[in-house]
Amino acid sequence: MTRKRKRSKMLHSFLHDPPAMAGSLIIVVFLTAAVLAPWITPQDPYDLETLTFDNFLTPPIWKDGGQMPYLLGTDDQGRGILSTIIYGCRTSLIVGFSVVMIAGTVGVLIGLLAGYYGRWLDAVTMRIADTMFSFSTTLLAILLLGVFKKTGIGTVIAAICIADWVRYARTMRGSVLEVKQEAYVLASRATGARDMRILFRHILPNAMPPVMVVVAVDLAVVIMLEATLSFLGVGVPITEPSLGMMIAIGKDYIYAGMWWMVVFPGAALVVLVVGINLFADWLREEFNPKIERTG
Amino acid sequence: MLTYIIRRLLQGVVVLLAVSLICFVIFRYMGDPVLTLAGRYATQEQIQEVRKSLGLDQPTYVQYVKFLWNAAHGNFGKSYVSRVPALGLILERFPATFELATCAILISLVFGVGFGVLVALRPYAWHSRAIMAGSLGGISMPTFLTGILLIMIFAVYVGILPPFGRGKTVEVGFWRTGLLTVDGIRHLILPAITLSTYQLAVLLRLTRAGMREVMAEEYIKTAWAKGLSPMTVIVKHALRNVLIPVVTMAGLQFGELIAFAIVTETIFQWPGMGNLLLTSIYETDQPVIVTYIMMAAVIIISINILVDIFYAVLNPKIRYD
Repeated sequence: MTRKRKRSKMLHSFLHDPPAMAGSLIIVVFLTAAVLAPWITPQDPYDLETLTFDNFLTPPIWKDGGQMPYLLGTDDQGRGILSTIIYGCRTSLIVGFSVVMIAGTVGVLIGLLAGYYGRWLDAVTMRIADTMFSFSTTLLAILLLGVFKKTGIGTVIAAICIADWVRYARTMRGSVLEVKQEAYVLASRATGARDMRILFRHILPNAMPPVMVVVAVDLAVVIMLEATLSFLGVGVPITEPSLGMMIAIGKDYIYAGMWWMVVFPGAALVVLVVGINLFADWLREEFNPKIERTG
Repeated sequence: MLTYIIRRLLQGVVVLLAVSLICFVIFRYMGDPVLTLAGRYATQEQIQEVRKSLGLDQPTYVQYVKFLWNAAHGNFGKSYVSRVPALGLILERFPATFELATCAILISLVFGVGFGVLVALRPYAWHSRAIMAGSLGGISMPTFLTGILLIMIFAVYVGILPPFGRGKTVEVGFWRTGLLTVDGIRHLILPAITLSTYQLAVLLRLTRAGMREVMAEEYIKTAWAKGLSPMTVIVKHALRNVLIPVVTMAGLQFGELIAFAIVTETIFQWPGMGNLLLTSIYETDQPVIVTYIMMAAVIIISINILVDIFYAVLNPKIRYD
């Protein structure tokens, strides 16, 4: 099958998969909101000048005491919940995409080399990867951030990347081991092609499909991880917007019945992650010929 | 087989050594223990004295060997904050974490596998669709949010379960357990459910995928054709083969479980190791952090070795070289 026909077949299956389309719609809406944040939010919640303390802890607009422009109410500092959510999603997406790109590139390259050259390179990298994987990304990230002295979005991205590249390296290596046995790779080697050409022209593109599924799943995982780290107080500093931080602040007010500080940011986080996971599920079934597409 | 086990154990020791080296570097170069112990206003002589008493005036490799020697004897130094041995602090909190984690694993295994089989057998039934939607929610909902929502519903609005703490505990030997009192079990329910949800969803999806593949195999068709009862076909022929990867996965996810235990313990103010770790991170209490890392490493590596051996015993295709 030519590449073009393959692509149009994927598009066809995408257009006949309502959950996948719903998932991508969610992703697009969140991305747009995050990019346009300064222009569409009623208030810049991190501009201290717009914060007034007479507006703190107001309920959502449809409840008694709700006021414009705070559609979803405000928190204990008078920050509008809706505005903070939009800015928080911006942080989530920045961290998510940065990690997927950096850790993804590093992991894919390491997996490619380990799978292709084998021997000690493979043995050493995979032993490290297995050990790190068994500690889990979440635990490693918490420990790294606990040890790092600096805080900030950059530090969070760095910590998650250090913990997360193994996911890509392991998947890529497994995929390379399969692809490297294919006839076209052997043929290419027989014609005397150099390693670099074989690696990047023949193996890399053909070993990528399983990695693409990991990219999608990982984006969801990283976004949840950033929220978790910020919730625990080891993630982004309090001066930066984050969904996890909002929920950590709101947690103290649930006993007073002020649910909006937890429920709205929580809902935003879950909807975003569900959207990404729906898309990831479709990718997985699309790239996995073993499972027939039913139900 | 024996060579395989010995090899695996040796590998485990190498990994532990690597972790200990990293811990040593953290201990030695991240934050200045001398400044922490001597205080900010110490004189030069006092600083020298503390440096000497900690052995920090010796060459680095001597310090590392000493660190290893002490670690092997369970001596990780005293907590900077409470001035008692760090290992004691952590061991004291181990039972709470262990009970929480064990209950969570049991919940996720039982319900994850149960629901997974149910869904695989009748993928189009309404209950299967409901379970799958729930599992999507399960993998899309971060642990901390699950915990807070459970507190909101069951502790604040309905008010039938306690929102935090471990409740009444009794001491059995050195082990302080909450499982023997009604109050302790009531306090355990919400944290255990919180900790189990993510893993439950993962195991459910794994069981479902495995069952779907296996149920289409020839030997299952043969089993049906022989006229065996559905129970025998499903449990004895299909599920047994699916369970190997599922149990392996549950074991390999142990690191994740420990990580999410930190989160769960923070939300429910559960007096476990994870809660202690976070407090120690806020207070830069390095001895406790290092001890925690070493403890976690020992637990995770042991479980991995056990899983590998278990796998090797179950699956004769694995070569032992």
